[in-house]
Amino acid sequence: MALIVDLLLQAVQMALVVAVAPAVVGVTRKVKARLLRRIGPPMLQPYRDLWKLMHKEAVFAHNASWIYRTAPYLIFAATWVAAALVPSYATGLLFSWSADLIAIVALLGTARFTLALAGMDVGTAFGGIGSSREMMIASLAEPAMLLIVFTVALVAGTTQLSAVATLFSTGSVGLRVSLGLGLFAFLFVAVAENARIPIDNPATHLELTMVHEAMVLEYSGRHLAMIEAAAAVKLVLYFSLIACLFVPLGIAGPGAAVSDYALGLVAYVGKLLLLAALLPIGETSVAKMRVFRYPLFVGSAFAAAALAVFLLFVSKGF
Amino acid sequence: MPATALPATTGLGCVPGFLGLAGLAVVVGRRKVATPLIYGGSLALALVALGAALTCFLSPGPPWTLVLPIGLPGIGARFRIDALSAFFLVVVNLGAAITSLYAIGYGRHEETPARVLPFYAAFLAGMNLVVLADDAFTFLLAWEFMSLTSWAIVLARHRDPANSRAAFVYLVMASFGTLCLLLGFGLLAGPAGGYAFETIRLASHTHFTATLAVVLALLGAGSKAGLVPLHVWLPLAHPAAPSHVSALLSGVMTKVGVYGFIRIVFDLAGPPNPWFGLVVLSLGGITAAIGVLYALMQHDLKRLLAYHTVENIGIIFIGLGLALAFRANGMNVAAALALTAALFHVFNHSVFKSLLFFGAGAVLTATGERDMERLGGLIHRMPQTALAFLIGCAAISALPPLNGFVSEWLTFQAILVSPDLPQWGLKLTVPAAGALLALSAALAAACFVKAFGVTFLGRPRSPAAKAAAEVDTFSLTAMFVLAAVCFLAGVLPGFVIDALSSVTLMLTGGTMPHQAAVPWMSIVPIGESRSSYNGLIILTFLVASGFLTAMIIHRFATRATRRSAIWDCGFPLDAPQTQYGSASFSMPIRQVFGTVVFDVHERVDMPRPGELRAGSFRLRIVDPAWRLAYGPIARAVASIATSLNQLQFLTIRRYLTLVFCTLIALLVLVATWR
Repeated sequence: MALIVDLLLQAVQMALVVAVAPAVVGVTRKVKARLLRRIGPPMLQPYRDLWKLMHKEAVFAHNASWIYRTAPYLIFAATWVAAALVPSYATGLLFSWSADLIAIVALLGTARFTLALAGMDVGTAFGGIGSSREMMIASLAEPAMLLIVFTVALVAGTTQLSAVATLFSTGSVGLRVSLGLGLFAFLFVAVAENARIPIDNPATHLELTMVHEAMVLEYSGRHLAMIEAAAAVKLVLYFSLIACLFVPLGIAGPGAAVSDYALGLVAYVGKLLLLAALLPIGETSVAKMRVFRYPLFVGSAFAAAALAVFLLFVSKGF
Repeated sequence: MPATALPATTGLGCVPGFLGLAGLAVVVGRRKVATPLIYGGSLALALVALGAALTCFLSPGPPWTLVLPIGLPGIGARFRIDALSAFFLVVVNLGAAITSLYAIGYGRHEETPARVLPFYAAFLAGMNLVVLADDAFTFLLAWEFMSLTSWAIVLARHRDPANSRAAFVYLVMASFGTLCLLLGFGLLAGPAGGYAFETIRLASHTHFTATLAVVLALLGAGSKAGLVPLHVWLPLAHPAAPSHVSALLSGVMTKVGVYGFIRIVFDLAGPPNPWFGLVVLSLGGITAAIGVLYALMQHDLKRLLAYHTVENIGIIFIGLGLALAFRANGMNVAAALALTAALFHVFNHSVFKSLLFFGAGAVLTATGERDMERLGGLIHRMPQTALAFLIGCAAISALPPLNGFVSEWLTFQAILVSPDLPQWGLKLTVPAAGALLALSAALAAACFVKAFGVTFLGRPRSPAAKAAAEVDTFSLTAMFVLAAVCFLAGVLPGFVIDALSSVTLMLTGGTMPHQAAVPWMSIVPIGESRSSYNGLIILTFLVASGFLTAMIIHRFATRATRRSAIWDCGFPLDAPQTQYGSASFSMPIRQVFGTVVFDVHERVDMPRPGELRAGSFRLRIVDPAWRLAYGPIARAVASIATSLNQLQFLTIRRYLTLVFCTLIALLVLVATWR
């Protein structure tokens, strides 16, 4: 009986991240439009966009290989599994011990590897631009992410995300310099990894400003739908990480009552909406950076995270 | 008589077997039957040796020793198989067996097999003998034999001046390495001349002797393994050899160098000092970062793989440095974790680097090209090679659920245990090494997206790439066996970790928790509450999510597809040169890291509108090791030699004066010494 409840909770988590992702993207676009004095699309428009794309014919080049055709499935699967492992409304879920923070970062790396290969598959200049720039950003953002993982792990004494979230939600950790530096670095890394301004413009059609869009330029139909869904799920994953690591209010612990789960759910959705509203405020207040200034941006996140790790090695009290 | 006597004797008996094959190869080398005969014979012998080594490795018990009355008088030739040598025998013979299988197919394309075959079998004998040796003389003899036979293979196509230069640099570096090891063993054996390892183990060394011996071992074994700045021979020699031998050089011989280091520093030099750990750790971190940055700049596929070996050796030495530091502070369980991570990476690297070199060899056979800028679109012409190479690329980029991720994960877990180390030098160096490791892991993924993407994906950039054909069954079988090993080691790592516990118990006195007792076949480095990873569940989740997504898509979405021309934003350009090549792919990373780490100079010469001359793009990258270290040393040696050359042309009066002064000086020396 307990096993079935655990399985159900895990399944709810898996379904939740996918179901809520397009809504989060819709809220982001609406708030951004409002900030730019436009009316903007309805908040549920991404669902309709995905439905439309799924019913369109998928067109691809004569020389597209099997990697091109299977990449969208693999990218979506890897991102979905990673997002399902991040505690959203409850910690201590059934399979949370099978992958820790490092494995979650590596799963996102798998998705990125596949996407970069898919970008190079057809042999266009655009795909190459996207893949090479994406790997450059990743070469700085992934180490920064790993150092943030180290910071959190050194504070909590474990890399198991569920255990870390449970510990942080009890409030015994308190405010710390290292976690503050980690949050600062994490915000920069989240912007870089999710292809948001100032790193990449998700609404662009100019190759000088493209990274993610350039890699998926050739995709259409259901393949494009899966890739866009994967990008939305990745955004939800990063929001969930901010929520459970830095703002773990209301998250339900293991073996809690139904009311706690309901509260956790409400708290989670509330945090997602709050973050979805804050992101466009940040995006509209800065301009997109030149490509060769990205190292400055992501490098400062790397430096902040490295400083946090150094401080924690010197003394666990930082 | 321990239970492992029969397999151990069999393992030792394979060495004269390989030497016999080498002799046979000399006799029949020019006949057509030589290639399948010799490689088939090596395959059989290597499989026997692998079986023997696995039996010794997996059955616990006291080490097996044998003393033969040849070699040094009074000491003899000693052989020993304990947990450490059994593990490295497994690595060596697995590499040997799979390379021999590959070579049965690949060797058909060799122009002068008589130059390669005898040295190949002798090389395998030498590598096995190094791991089996239990006294300094046998060890050094086998080490030099291994170096010389591989040098001979690198020289097989000596008419190409690049190959002869590569072989010359290799010979100089190998001699330097053996000199350092000779001095190191001399120091450890002491004035009494106790060269047997047993004697060295039981003797007590002064702090100064042990430190000096460790430094010499680091120089000697490190140059064979490929630590920066002693790595310069690797990217010259590995591409020059035939591809199956490149796989052996990169995948197996560098591990024999690692074995030499572990044997001397962990086993023979006595209790370690935390400073050893710091030096090895920092060298490992620098090696990893520099190796992968160099690899990113290469457009020759085999040179890229050779530089990438340098990065992986750096990762292994990070693990070894951590193990030394923990052991010096008495933290045996943490030392066992770090050592397990390093040894697991030794195994993983030998598997996936061999796989990647086999793929490069297949591409070379099919197209005749090694330069990535002349390849492309090979996934359509060579689909099976492409699939095996892709698995190798994913494994080496540390992507779950394959094996590269497991060893990197274990290394990260070892770094996370390090704050408990009391020494301040270590407290500040370990996070830096961790940051360098994270950086090199991300750059490795970029490197292999480039390697696979430019070679196999896209459109063919030359007629040779357009006309490529799939290679033979032996090569493909060898590649797929290695891909299967990568996959199995990734989803079932607990078995490997448990098998390595005998080695860590012997060298550090501690072991990791017993992984077979952990439920659901996860692996647990320290304690279950601390962290765990389950490759099998991650794989199941990935496959299940993929299938679920596919089912939903097929149920609710349309299945219509249409093939069309490339979209390319409405400007499809036919020339394959308009797609990204290897230099253009690595350009952003070159801009970020290149000017800092090594001198990168790009010169673009664009003709103005109306001018009819061609444009040019010149890229100059200089390995700082050559510029800062080897260049000045070579110039100093040359100038000293030139000035000493004056001694050849003196008159007889000057010679007599010289002899007289030397005699006086020696007499004075003898008088004052007494």
